[in-house]
Amino acid sequence: MIEIRLHGRGGQGGVTSAELTALAAIEEGKYAQAFPSFGPERRGAPVMAFVRVSEERIRTREKVYEPDVVLVLDPTILKIVPVTSGLKDTGTLILNTNLPPDEIRKQLNTKVRLALVDATKIALDILRLPITNTTMLGALIKATGIVSPESLEAPLRERFGPIAEKNIQAFKAALEETVIIEE
Amino acid sequence: MGKRVGIEVSLAVSHAVMLADVDVIAAYPITPQTHIVEHLSELVADGLLDAEFIPVESEHSAMSTSVGASAAGARTFTATSSQGLALMVEIMYIASSLRLPIVMAVANRALSGPISIWNDHGDMMLSRDTGWIQTVAENGQEVFDLVLHAYRVAEDPRVMLPMIVNLDGFTLSHMIEPIEFLSQEEVNKYLRPYRAPIRMDPENPITMGPVGMPEVYTEAKKAQDEALKNSKKVIIEAWKEFGDLFGRYYSPVETYRMEDAETAILILGSLAETAMTAVDKMRDKGKKVGIIRPRLFRPFPADEIVEAVKNVKNLAVIDRAVALNGMGGPLSFEIRSVLYDANLHPYLKNYIAGLGGRDVTVDDFSDIVSDIESCAQKGVKPEYTIVNVRE
Repeated sequence: MIEIRLHGRGGQGGVTSAELTALAAIEEGKYAQAFPSFGPERRGAPVMAFVRVSEERIRTREKVYEPDVVLVLDPTILKIVPVTSGLKDTGTLILNTNLPPDEIRKQLNTKVRLALVDATKIALDILRLPITNTTMLGALIKATGIVSPESLEAPLRERFGPIAEKNIQAFKAALEETVIIEE
Repeated sequence: MGKRVGIEVSLAVSHAVMLADVDVIAAYPITPQTHIVEHLSELVADGLLDAEFIPVESEHSAMSTSVGASAAGARTFTATSSQGLALMVEIMYIASSLRLPIVMAVANRALSGPISIWNDHGDMMLSRDTGWIQTVAENGQEVFDLVLHAYRVAEDPRVMLPMIVNLDGFTLSHMIEPIEFLSQEEVNKYLRPYRAPIRMDPENPITMGPVGMPEVYTEAKKAQDEALKNSKKVIIEAWKEFGDLFGRYYSPVETYRMEDAETAILILGSLAETAMTAVDKMRDKGKKVGIIRPRLFRPFPADEIVEAVKNVKNLAVIDRAVALNGMGGPLSFEIRSVLYDANLHPYLKNYIAGLGGRDVTVDDFSDIVSDIESCAQKGVKPEYTIVNVRE
Protein backbone atom coordinates (compact mmCIF):
# COMPACT_ATOMS: atom_id res chain seq x y z
CA MET A 1 0.00 0.00 0.00
CA ILE A 2 1.23 3.49 -0.85
CA GLU A 3 0.17 6.36 1.38
CA ILE A 4 0.32 9.95 0.16
CA ARG A 5 -0.12 13.21 2.05
CA LEU A 6 -0.80 16.38 0.08
CA HIS A 7 -0.17 19.85 1.44
CA GLY A 8 -1.62 22.99 -0.02
CA ARG A 9 -3.78 25.92 0.84
CA GLY A 10 -7.57 25.83 0.94
CA GLY A 11 -8.89 26.55 -2.55
CA GLN A 12 -5.81 25.32 -4.43
CA GLY A 13 -7.37 21.99 -5.29
CA GLY A 14 -5.30 19.62 -3.17
CA VAL A 15 -8.41 17.64 -2.28
CA THR A 16 -9.23 17.38 -5.98
CA SER A 17 -5.72 16.06 -6.68
CA ALA A 18 -6.22 13.43 -4.00
CA GLU A 19 -9.62 12.47 -5.39
CA LEU A 20 -8.42 12.23 -8.98
CA THR A 21 -5.51 10.01 -7.98
CA ALA A 22 -7.85 7.66 -6.12
CA LEU A 23 -10.35 7.63 -8.98
CA ALA A 24 -7.62 6.76 -11.48
CA ALA A 25 -6.37 3.94 -9.24
CA ILE A 26 -9.88 2.56 -8.80
CA GLU A 27 -10.39 2.81 -12.55
CA GLU A 28 -7.29 0.60 -12.90
CA GLY A 29 -8.97 -1.98 -10.68
CA LYS A 30 -6.95 -1.14 -7.61
CA TYR A 31 -8.23 -0.19 -4.18
CA ALA A 32 -7.93 3.41 -3.05
CA GLN A 33 -9.08 5.93 -0.48
CA ALA A 34 -8.96 9.70 -0.77
CA PHE A 35 -10.00 12.04 2.01
CA PRO A 36 -9.51 15.62 3.13
CA SER A 37 -8.29 16.78 6.51
CA PHE A 38 -11.76 16.77 7.99
CA GLY A 39 -13.23 20.03 9.07
CA PRO A 40 -14.38 23.41 7.89
CA GLU A 41 -12.90 24.43 4.55
CA ARG A 42 -10.80 27.56 4.87
CA ARG A 43 -9.60 29.32 1.75
CA GLY A 44 -5.93 30.24 1.96
CA ALA A 45 -5.17 28.30 5.14
CA PRO A 46 -2.72 25.38 5.02
CA VAL A 47 -4.72 22.20 4.42
CA MET A 48 -3.96 18.54 3.84
CA ALA A 49 -5.49 15.71 1.85
CA PHE A 50 -4.66 12.02 1.88
CA VAL A 51 -4.59 9.13 -0.57
CA ARG A 52 -4.06 5.42 -0.10
CA VAL A 53 -3.59 3.10 -3.06
CA SER A 54 -3.29 -0.65 -2.70
CA GLU A 55 -3.54 -3.85 -4.70
CA GLU A 56 -5.57 -5.31 -1.84
CA ARG A 57 -8.66 -4.15 0.00
CA ILE A 58 -7.75 -1.29 2.34
CA ARG A 59 -8.75 -1.95 5.91
CA THR A 60 -7.96 1.11 7.94
CA ARG A 61 -9.67 4.38 8.69
CA GLU A 62 -6.86 6.07 10.56
CA LYS A 63 -5.21 9.18 9.19
CA VAL A 64 -1.94 8.91 7.30
CA TYR A 65 0.87 9.34 9.82
CA GLU A 66 3.88 7.86 8.00
CA PRO A 67 3.40 8.64 4.33
CA ASP A 68 5.44 7.10 1.54
CA VAL A 69 4.95 10.25 -0.48
CA VAL A 70 4.48 13.88 0.49
CA LEU A 71 3.35 16.29 -2.21
CA VAL A 72 3.41 20.07 -1.69
CA LEU A 73 1.32 22.22 -4.03
CA ASP A 74 2.37 25.58 -2.66
CA PRO A 75 6.00 26.62 -2.08
CA THR A 76 4.99 29.28 0.45
CA ILE A 77 3.95 26.74 3.08
CA LEU A 78 7.37 25.07 3.32
CA LYS A 79 8.40 27.49 6.02
CA ILE A 80 5.23 27.23 8.09
CA VAL A 81 4.19 23.57 7.78
CA PRO A 82 6.51 20.67 8.76
CA VAL A 83 5.87 18.89 5.46
CA THR A 84 8.43 16.13 6.03
CA SER A 85 6.81 15.11 9.33
CA GLY A 86 6.47 11.31 9.44
CA LEU A 87 7.72 10.90 5.87
CA LYS A 88 9.47 7.55 5.57
CA ASP A 89 13.26 7.61 4.98
CA THR A 90 12.56 5.56 1.87
CA GLY A 91 9.84 7.98 0.81
CA THR A 92 9.59 10.68 -1.81
CA LEU A 93 9.06 14.40 -1.35
CA ILE A 94 7.41 16.09 -4.33
CA LEU A 95 7.62 19.86 -4.36
CA ASN A 96 6.40 22.74 -6.41
CA THR A 97 9.53 24.89 -6.27
CA ASN A 98 11.98 26.89 -8.33
CA LEU A 99 14.79 26.27 -5.86
CA PRO A 100 17.71 23.95 -6.64
CA PRO A 101 17.82 20.54 -4.88
CA ASP A 102 20.72 21.48 -2.59
CA GLU A 103 18.84 24.48 -1.32
CA ILE A 104 15.76 22.31 -0.64
CA ARG A 105 17.82 19.69 1.22
CA LYS A 106 19.36 22.41 3.35
CA GLN A 107 16.11 24.23 4.03
CA LEU A 108 14.14 21.11 4.93
CA ASN A 109 17.05 19.18 6.38
CA THR A 110 16.07 16.02 4.53
CA LYS A 111 17.87 13.28 2.63
CA VAL A 112 14.82 11.67 1.04
CA ARG A 113 14.30 11.20 -2.67
CA LEU A 114 13.12 14.47 -4.21
CA ALA A 115 10.90 15.25 -7.18
CA LEU A 116 10.97 18.93 -8.06
CA VAL A 117 9.03 20.97 -10.58
CA ASP A 118 8.23 24.64 -10.97
CA ALA A 119 4.52 23.96 -11.16
CA THR A 120 3.53 27.56 -10.53
CA LYS A 121 5.37 28.59 -13.70
CA ILE A 122 3.76 25.81 -15.73
CA ALA A 123 0.33 26.68 -14.37
CA LEU A 124 0.80 30.39 -15.10
CA ASP A 125 2.03 29.64 -18.63
CA ILE A 126 -0.74 27.22 -19.53
CA LEU A 127 -3.69 27.91 -17.25
CA ARG A 128 -2.91 31.60 -16.64
CA LEU A 129 -3.66 30.88 -12.98
CA PRO A 130 -1.34 29.89 -10.12
CA ILE A 131 -3.48 26.79 -9.43
CA THR A 132 -1.10 23.85 -9.39
CA ASN A 133 -3.20 20.84 -8.47
CA THR A 134 -3.42 19.23 -11.90
CA THR A 135 0.15 20.21 -12.72
CA MET A 136 1.41 18.54 -9.57
CA LEU A 137 -0.42 15.36 -10.54
CA GLY A 138 2.07 15.15 -13.41
CA ALA A 139 4.90 15.35 -10.90
CA LEU A 140 3.25 12.68 -8.75
CA ILE A 141 2.93 10.26 -11.67
CA LYS A 142 6.49 10.92 -12.82
CA ALA A 143 7.87 10.36 -9.32
CA THR A 144 5.79 7.36 -8.27
CA GLY A 145 4.08 5.75 -11.27
CA ILE A 146 1.22 5.16 -8.84
CA VAL A 147 -1.21 5.18 -11.77
CA SER A 148 -0.64 5.45 -15.49
CA PRO A 149 -0.98 8.91 -17.06
CA GLU A 150 -3.73 7.52 -19.30
CA SER A 151 -5.85 6.49 -16.29
CA LEU A 152 -5.86 10.09 -15.05
CA GLU A 153 -7.09 11.57 -18.28
CA ALA A 154 -10.68 10.36 -17.95
CA PRO A 155 -11.20 11.69 -14.41
CA LEU A 156 -9.48 14.95 -15.39
CA ARG A 157 -11.82 15.36 -18.34
CA GLU A 158 -14.88 14.58 -16.25
CA ARG A 159 -13.89 16.97 -13.46
CA PHE A 160 -12.76 19.92 -15.56
CA GLY A 161 -15.09 19.81 -18.56
CA PRO A 162 -14.36 22.76 -20.86
CA ILE A 163 -11.01 23.55 -19.20
CA ALA A 164 -9.89 19.90 -19.11
CA GLU A 165 -7.67 20.24 -22.19
CA LYS A 166 -5.55 22.98 -20.60
CA ASN A 167 -5.28 21.04 -17.35
CA ILE A 168 -4.19 17.91 -19.19
CA GLN A 169 -1.61 20.04 -21.01
CA ALA A 170 -0.26 21.34 -17.67
CA PHE A 171 -0.31 17.81 -16.27
CA LYS A 172 1.72 16.55 -19.23
CA ALA A 173 4.18 19.45 -19.01
CA ALA A 174 4.94 18.52 -15.39
CA LEU A 175 5.25 14.88 -16.41
CA GLU A 176 8.07 16.03 -18.72
CA GLU A 177 9.70 18.66 -16.56
CA THR A 178 9.74 17.07 -13.11
CA VAL A 179 13.29 16.33 -12.01
CA ILE A 180 13.95 13.35 -9.75
CA ILE A 181 16.89 13.51 -7.37
CA GLU A 182 17.61 10.19 -5.69
CA GLU A 183 18.52 10.21 -2.01
CA MET B 1 -23.17 -7.08 -11.51
CA GLY B 2 -23.10 -3.32 -11.47
CA LYS B 3 -20.15 -1.12 -12.21
CA ARG B 4 -17.31 -0.57 -9.73
CA VAL B 5 -16.78 3.15 -9.34
CA GLY B 6 -14.70 5.46 -7.18
CA ILE B 7 -17.05 7.84 -5.43
CA GLU B 8 -17.46 9.80 -2.23
CA VAL B 9 -19.57 7.69 0.10
CA SER B 10 -22.12 10.50 0.65
CA LEU B 11 -22.79 10.62 -3.09
CA ALA B 12 -23.20 6.87 -3.14
CA VAL B 13 -25.94 7.27 -0.52
CA SER B 14 -27.69 9.77 -2.80
CA HIS B 15 -27.30 7.37 -5.70
CA ALA B 16 -28.87 4.53 -3.71
CA VAL B 17 -31.76 6.83 -2.76
CA MET B 18 -32.22 7.67 -6.45
CA LEU B 19 -32.25 3.97 -7.36
CA ALA B 20 -34.87 3.46 -4.63
CA ASP B 21 -36.94 5.95 -6.62
CA VAL B 22 -38.10 7.91 -3.59
CA ASP B 23 -41.05 10.28 -3.90
CA VAL B 24 -40.21 12.89 -1.27
CA ILE B 25 -36.97 14.17 0.24
CA ALA B 26 -37.24 16.70 3.07
CA ALA B 27 -33.96 17.82 4.53
CA TYR B 28 -32.00 20.55 6.16
CA PRO B 29 -28.24 20.68 5.54
CA ILE B 30 -25.92 19.90 8.43
CA THR B 31 -22.29 18.83 8.43
CA PRO B 32 -21.14 16.12 7.78
CA GLN B 33 -24.37 14.92 6.19
CA THR B 34 -24.61 17.88 3.78
CA HIS B 35 -23.24 16.22 0.64
CA ILE B 36 -25.98 13.57 0.73
CA VAL B 37 -28.92 15.95 0.37
CA GLU B 38 -26.92 18.42 -1.71
CA HIS B 39 -26.38 15.73 -4.32
CA LEU B 40 -29.99 14.59 -4.09
CA SER B 41 -31.15 18.13 -4.82
CA GLU B 42 -28.91 18.06 -7.92
CA LEU B 43 -30.32 14.72 -9.03
CA VAL B 44 -33.85 16.10 -8.68
CA ALA B 45 -32.95 19.40 -10.41
CA ASP B 46 -31.28 17.50 -13.26
CA GLY B 47 -34.41 15.42 -13.77
CA LEU B 48 -32.65 12.17 -12.90
CA LEU B 49 -34.87 11.58 -9.88
CA ASP B 50 -38.59 12.30 -10.08
CA ALA B 51 -39.18 13.41 -6.50
CA GLU B 52 -40.35 16.36 -4.46
CA PHE B 53 -37.31 17.92 -2.84
CA ILE B 54 -38.55 19.99 0.06
CA PRO B 55 -35.96 22.31 1.60
CA VAL B 56 -37.14 23.08 5.10
CA GLU B 57 -36.17 25.59 7.78
CA SER B 58 -35.03 23.10 10.43
CA GLU B 59 -34.56 19.42 11.12
CA HIS B 60 -37.73 19.46 13.21
CA SER B 61 -39.53 20.46 10.03
CA ALA B 62 -37.57 17.93 7.97
CA MET B 63 -38.85 15.12 10.16
CA SER B 64 -42.36 16.59 10.36
CA THR B 65 -42.48 16.87 6.58
CA SER B 66 -41.20 13.31 6.27
CA VAL B 67 -43.99 12.14 8.58
CA GLY B 68 -46.58 13.94 6.47
CA ALA B 69 -45.19 12.62 3.22
CA SER B 70 -44.92 9.07 4.47
CA ALA B 71 -48.42 9.23 5.94
CA ALA B 72 -49.68 10.20 2.50
CA GLY B 73 -48.08 7.04 1.12
CA ALA B 74 -44.90 8.53 -0.35
CA ARG B 75 -41.55 6.74 -0.25
CA THR B 76 -39.62 9.23 1.87
CA PHE B 77 -35.99 9.99 2.61
CA THR B 78 -34.15 12.38 4.87
CA ALA B 79 -30.68 12.64 6.34
CA THR B 80 -29.04 14.43 9.22
CA SER B 81 -26.31 14.49 11.88
CA SER B 82 -25.80 15.36 15.53
CA GLN B 83 -27.73 18.46 16.64
CA GLY B 84 -29.99 18.03 13.62
CA LEU B 85 -30.93 14.58 14.85
CA ALA B 86 -31.42 15.99 18.33
CA LEU B 87 -33.91 18.48 16.92
CA MET B 88 -35.71 15.66 15.10
CA VAL B 89 -36.10 13.40 18.09
CA GLU B 90 -39.50 14.74 19.16
CA ILE B 91 -40.98 13.81 15.81
CA MET B 92 -38.93 10.61 15.43
CA TYR B 93 -40.96 9.06 18.25
CA ILE B 94 -44.11 9.99 16.36
CA ALA B 95 -42.84 8.54 13.08
CA SER B 96 -42.15 5.19 14.70
CA SER B 97 -45.39 5.05 16.65
CA LEU B 98 -47.32 5.91 13.48
CA ARG B 99 -45.41 3.02 11.84
CA LEU B 100 -44.22 5.16 8.94
CA PRO B 101 -41.44 3.57 6.87
CA ILE B 102 -39.26 6.67 6.49
CA VAL B 103 -35.61 5.96 5.73
CA MET B 104 -32.94 8.28 7.11
CA ALA B 105 -29.19 8.32 6.70
CA VAL B 106 -27.34 9.61 9.74
CA ALA B 107 -23.75 10.72 9.17
CA ASN B 108 -22.71 10.20 12.76
CA ARG B 109 -21.28 13.21 14.54
CA ALA B 110 -20.57 14.24 18.10
CA LEU B 111 -23.18 16.13 20.08
CA SER B 112 -22.51 19.62 21.43
CA GLY B 113 -20.93 20.90 23.56
CA PRO B 114 -18.33 21.86 23.01
CA ILE B 115 -19.47 22.19 19.42
CA SER B 116 -17.87 19.48 17.33
CA ILE B 117 -18.65 18.75 13.71
CA TRP B 118 -16.54 15.59 13.85
CA ASN B 119 -17.34 11.93 14.12
CA ASP B 120 -18.46 9.90 17.07
CA HIS B 121 -21.62 7.96 17.94
CA GLY B 122 -23.25 10.46 20.31
CA ASP B 123 -26.13 11.02 17.90
CA MET B 124 -26.68 7.30 17.29
CA MET B 125 -26.95 6.76 21.03
CA LEU B 126 -29.28 9.72 21.41
CA SER B 127 -31.73 8.13 18.99
CA ARG B 128 -31.34 4.56 20.19
CA ASP B 129 -34.72 4.32 21.93
CA THR B 130 -36.84 6.22 19.41
CA GLY B 131 -38.30 3.01 17.99
CA TRP B 132 -36.47 3.22 14.67
CA ILE B 133 -34.73 0.19 13.22
CA GLN B 134 -31.02 0.99 12.93
CA THR B 135 -28.16 -0.49 10.98
CA VAL B 136 -24.53 0.64 11.15
CA ALA B 137 -22.26 0.54 8.11
CA GLU B 138 -18.57 -0.32 8.02
CA ASN B 139 -17.66 0.92 4.54
CA GLY B 140 -19.06 2.66 1.50
CA GLN B 141 -20.28 -0.53 -0.14
CA GLU B 142 -22.22 -1.40 2.95
CA VAL B 143 -23.77 2.06 3.15
CA PHE B 144 -24.98 1.78 -0.44
CA ASP B 145 -26.41 -1.69 0.13
CA LEU B 146 -27.94 -0.87 3.52
CA VAL B 147 -29.90 2.09 2.12
CA LEU B 148 -31.63 -0.22 -0.37
CA HIS B 149 -32.08 -2.85 2.33
CA ALA B 150 -33.67 -0.21 4.58
CA TYR B 151 -36.51 0.47 2.14
CA ARG B 152 -37.06 -3.24 1.65
CA VAL B 153 -37.38 -3.82 5.39
CA ALA B 154 -39.14 -0.63 6.49
CA GLU B 155 -41.94 -0.99 3.94
CA ASP B 156 -42.49 -4.71 4.48
CA PRO B 157 -46.13 -5.04 5.61
CA ARG B 158 -44.90 -7.19 8.52
CA VAL B 159 -42.63 -4.35 9.69
CA MET B 160 -43.85 -0.83 8.79
CA LEU B 161 -41.25 1.01 10.85
CA PRO B 162 -38.87 3.85 10.08
CA MET B 163 -35.24 2.95 9.65
CA ILE B 164 -31.87 4.64 10.08
CA VAL B 165 -28.69 3.75 8.23
CA ASN B 166 -25.75 5.02 10.29
CA LEU B 167 -22.48 5.91 8.64
CA ASP B 168 -19.51 7.51 10.38
CA GLY B 169 -19.36 11.21 9.58
CA PHE B 170 -16.25 12.27 7.63
CA THR B 171 -14.44 8.98 8.33
CA LEU B 172 -16.91 7.36 5.98
CA SER B 173 -19.15 10.08 4.58
CA HIS B 174 -16.27 12.08 3.08
CA MET B 175 -14.19 9.12 1.92
CA ILE B 176 -13.68 8.36 -1.75
CA GLU B 177 -13.49 4.62 -2.22
CA PRO B 178 -14.54 1.93 -4.68
CA ILE B 179 -18.19 0.91 -4.57
CA GLU B 180 -20.01 -1.56 -6.80
CA PHE B 181 -23.19 0.09 -7.92
CA LEU B 182 -26.34 -1.77 -8.82
CA SER B 183 -28.27 -0.91 -11.94
CA GLN B 184 -31.87 0.26 -11.87
CA GLU B 185 -32.98 -3.10 -13.30
CA GLU B 186 -31.19 -4.91 -10.50
CA VAL B 187 -32.65 -2.67 -7.81
CA ASN B 188 -36.12 -3.13 -9.31
CA LYS B 189 -35.77 -6.87 -8.66
CA TYR B 190 -35.21 -6.12 -4.98
CA LEU B 191 -37.46 -3.15 -4.28
CA ARG B 192 -41.10 -3.19 -5.31
CA PRO B 193 -43.05 0.06 -5.64
CA TYR B 194 -44.31 1.15 -2.22
CA ARG B 195 -47.98 0.62 -1.48
CA ALA B 196 -48.94 2.02 1.91
CA PRO B 197 -51.46 -0.28 3.61
CA ILE B 198 -53.11 2.73 5.27
CA ARG B 199 -52.58 6.28 4.11
CA MET B 200 -53.87 9.81 4.37
CA ASP B 201 -56.32 10.25 1.52
CA PRO B 202 -58.83 13.11 1.16
CA GLU B 203 -61.25 10.71 -0.54
CA ASN B 204 -61.16 8.32 2.41
CA PRO B 205 -60.43 10.42 5.48
CA ILE B 206 -58.91 8.74 8.51
CA THR B 207 -57.33 9.99 11.74
CA MET B 208 -53.66 9.32 12.37
CA GLY B 209 -51.98 10.00 15.67
CA PRO B 210 -54.90 10.66 18.00
CA VAL B 211 -54.44 10.88 21.75
CA GLY B 212 -53.71 7.56 23.44
CA MET B 213 -55.94 7.41 26.48
CA PRO B 214 -54.74 5.32 29.42
CA GLU B 215 -57.02 2.56 28.12
CA VAL B 216 -54.95 2.16 24.92
CA TYR B 217 -51.49 3.68 25.44
CA THR B 218 -50.00 0.56 27.03
CA GLU B 219 -51.38 -1.66 24.27
CA ALA B 220 -50.08 0.74 21.61
CA LYS B 221 -46.57 0.63 23.09
CA LYS B 222 -46.72 -3.15 23.47
CA ALA B 223 -47.70 -3.44 19.81
CA GLN B 224 -44.85 -1.15 18.79
CA ASP B 225 -42.34 -3.10 20.86
CA GLU B 226 -43.50 -6.37 19.31
CA ALA B 227 -43.26 -4.83 15.85
CA LEU B 228 -39.66 -3.80 16.45
CA LYS B 229 -38.73 -7.21 17.85
CA ASN B 230 -40.46 -9.02 15.02
CA SER B 231 -38.72 -6.90 12.43
CA LYS B 232 -35.53 -8.86 12.99
CA LYS B 233 -36.58 -11.87 10.97
CA VAL B 234 -37.58 -9.62 8.07
CA ILE B 235 -34.25 -7.77 8.33
CA ILE B 236 -32.38 -11.08 8.06
CA GLU B 237 -34.65 -12.36 5.30
CA ALA B 238 -34.12 -9.14 3.30
CA TRP B 239 -30.33 -9.48 3.65
CA LYS B 240 -30.56 -13.08 2.46
CA GLU B 241 -32.56 -12.02 -0.56
CA PHE B 242 -30.09 -9.22 -1.27
CA GLY B 243 -27.24 -11.72 -1.14
CA ASP B 244 -29.03 -14.22 -3.37
CA LEU B 245 -29.62 -11.50 -5.95
CA PHE B 246 -26.34 -9.60 -5.83
CA GLY B 247 -23.81 -11.85 -4.09
CA ARG B 248 -23.16 -9.68 -1.04
CA TYR B 249 -24.48 -11.33 2.12
CA TYR B 250 -25.00 -9.50 5.39
CA SER B 251 -25.82 -10.59 8.91
CA PRO B 252 -26.84 -8.85 12.17
CA VAL B 253 -23.41 -9.36 13.73
CA GLU B 254 -20.18 -9.58 11.78
CA THR B 255 -17.18 -11.41 13.22
CA TYR B 256 -13.56 -11.24 12.15
CA ARG B 257 -10.96 -13.90 13.04
CA MET B 258 -13.03 -15.01 16.02
CA GLU B 259 -12.54 -18.76 15.41
CA ASP B 260 -10.28 -19.35 18.45
CA ALA B 261 -10.16 -15.80 19.83
CA GLU B 262 -9.53 -15.37 23.55
CA THR B 263 -9.85 -11.59 23.41
CA ALA B 264 -12.47 -9.82 21.32
CA ILE B 265 -12.89 -6.19 20.36
CA LEU B 266 -16.57 -5.29 20.07
CA ILE B 267 -17.19 -2.13 18.08
CA LEU B 268 -19.78 -0.44 15.87
CA GLY B 269 -19.09 1.22 12.54
CA SER B 270 -16.22 1.94 10.22
CA LEU B 271 -13.41 1.82 12.77
CA ALA B 272 -13.87 -1.94 12.81
CA GLU B 273 -11.73 -1.84 9.66
CA THR B 274 -8.88 -0.15 11.51
CA ALA B 275 -9.33 -2.80 14.20
CA MET B 276 -8.99 -5.49 11.51
CA THR B 277 -5.55 -4.27 10.58
CA ALA B 278 -4.60 -4.27 14.27
CA VAL B 279 -5.98 -7.80 14.69
CA ASP B 280 -4.04 -9.05 11.65
CA LYS B 281 -0.83 -7.66 13.15
CA MET B 282 -1.54 -9.17 16.58
CA ARG B 283 -2.45 -12.52 15.01
CA ASP B 284 0.92 -12.49 13.22
CA LYS B 285 2.49 -12.33 16.67
CA GLY B 286 0.38 -15.24 17.88
CA LYS B 287 -2.24 -13.32 19.85
CA LYS B 288 -5.66 -14.94 19.72
CA VAL B 289 -7.78 -11.87 19.08
CA GLY B 290 -10.81 -11.10 16.94
CA ILE B 291 -13.55 -8.56 16.28
CA ILE B 292 -17.29 -8.59 16.86
CA ARG B 293 -19.18 -5.90 14.98
CA PRO B 294 -22.93 -5.51 15.31
CA ARG B 295 -24.27 -4.33 11.97
CA LEU B 296 -27.80 -4.32 13.36
CA PHE B 297 -28.16 -1.95 16.30
CA ARG B 298 -31.97 -1.82 16.66
CA PRO B 299 -33.48 -4.24 17.38
CA PHE B 300 -30.41 -5.25 19.35
CA PRO B 301 -29.06 -8.59 18.06
CA ALA B 302 -28.74 -10.26 21.47
CA ASP B 303 -28.67 -13.91 20.33
CA GLU B 304 -25.98 -13.29 17.73
CA ILE B 305 -23.85 -11.40 20.25
CA VAL B 306 -24.11 -14.23 22.76
CA GLU B 307 -23.09 -16.68 20.05
CA ALA B 308 -20.07 -14.55 19.12
CA VAL B 309 -18.97 -13.90 22.70
CA LYS B 310 -19.59 -17.31 24.30
CA ASN B 311 -16.00 -18.63 24.12
CA VAL B 312 -14.21 -15.35 24.74
CA LYS B 313 -12.17 -14.71 27.89
CA ASN B 314 -11.74 -10.95 27.51
CA LEU B 315 -14.20 -8.59 25.85
CA ALA B 316 -13.14 -5.02 25.06
CA VAL B 317 -16.33 -3.10 24.36
CA ILE B 318 -15.49 0.06 22.45
CA ASP B 319 -17.96 2.90 22.83
CA ARG B 320 -17.76 5.86 20.47
CA ALA B 321 -19.87 7.97 22.83
CA VAL B 322 -20.02 8.82 26.49
CA ALA B 323 -23.12 8.39 28.56
CA LEU B 324 -22.71 10.89 31.33
CA ASN B 325 -23.95 8.74 34.17
CA GLY B 326 -20.73 7.62 35.79
CA MET B 327 -21.06 4.08 34.50
CA GLY B 328 -19.34 4.13 31.11
CA GLY B 329 -20.44 4.01 27.50
CA PRO B 330 -23.97 3.13 26.33
CA LEU B 331 -22.99 0.12 24.22
CA SER B 332 -21.31 -1.48 27.23
CA PHE B 333 -24.58 -1.44 29.21
CA GLU B 334 -26.39 -3.24 26.44
CA ILE B 335 -23.68 -5.86 26.06
CA ARG B 336 -23.57 -6.46 29.83
CA SER B 337 -27.32 -6.85 29.86
CA VAL B 338 -27.21 -9.42 27.07
CA LEU B 339 -24.39 -11.38 28.74
CA TYR B 340 -26.07 -11.38 32.15
CA ASP B 341 -29.17 -12.98 30.69
CA ALA B 342 -26.99 -15.55 28.91
CA ASN B 343 -25.01 -16.24 32.09
CA LEU B 344 -21.75 -15.35 30.33
CA HIS B 345 -18.98 -13.68 32.31
CA PRO B 346 -16.02 -12.70 30.18
CA TYR B 347 -13.64 -10.08 31.61
CA LEU B 348 -15.46 -7.06 30.14
CA LYS B 349 -13.83 -3.68 30.04
CA ASN B 350 -15.35 -0.64 28.40
CA TYR B 351 -13.13 1.67 26.35
CA ILE B 352 -14.55 5.00 25.22
CA ALA B 353 -12.61 6.06 22.14
CA GLY B 354 -12.71 8.35 19.15
CA LEU B 355 -14.83 11.12 20.63
CA GLY B 356 -15.48 14.22 18.53
CA GLY B 357 -13.14 13.23 15.71
CA ARG B 358 -10.19 12.02 17.79
CA ASP B 359 -8.44 9.52 15.54
CA VAL B 360 -8.37 5.90 16.68
CA THR B 361 -5.31 4.25 15.22
CA VAL B 362 -4.22 0.69 14.58
CA ASP B 363 -1.84 1.06 17.52
CA ASP B 364 -4.68 2.24 19.77
CA PHE B 365 -6.49 -1.05 19.15
CA SER B 366 -3.33 -3.03 19.92
CA ASP B 367 -2.91 -1.02 23.13
CA ILE B 368 -6.51 -1.73 24.12
CA VAL B 369 -5.96 -5.47 23.65
CA SER B 370 -2.73 -5.36 25.67
CA ASP B 371 -4.47 -3.40 28.39
CA ILE B 372 -7.45 -5.71 28.76
CA GLU B 373 -5.25 -8.82 28.76
CA SER B 374 -3.00 -7.32 31.40
CA CYS B 375 -5.95 -6.13 33.55
CA ALA B 376 -7.60 -9.54 33.30
CA GLN B 377 -4.40 -11.31 34.27
CA LYS B 378 -3.95 -9.08 37.30
CA GLY B 379 -7.59 -9.56 38.17
CA VAL B 380 -8.25 -5.85 38.69
CA LYS B 381 -11.80 -4.57 38.69
CA PRO B 382 -12.57 -3.57 35.09
CA GLU B 383 -13.46 0.10 35.26
CA TYR B 384 -14.45 1.95 32.11
CA THR B 385 -11.86 4.27 30.67
CA ILE B 386 -11.74 7.08 28.14
CA VAL B 387 -8.70 6.34 26.01
CA ASN B 388 -6.11 8.79 24.71
CA VAL B 389 -6.96 11.59 27.09
CA ARG B 390 -4.17 14.17 27.04
CA GLU B 391 -3.06 14.83 30.57
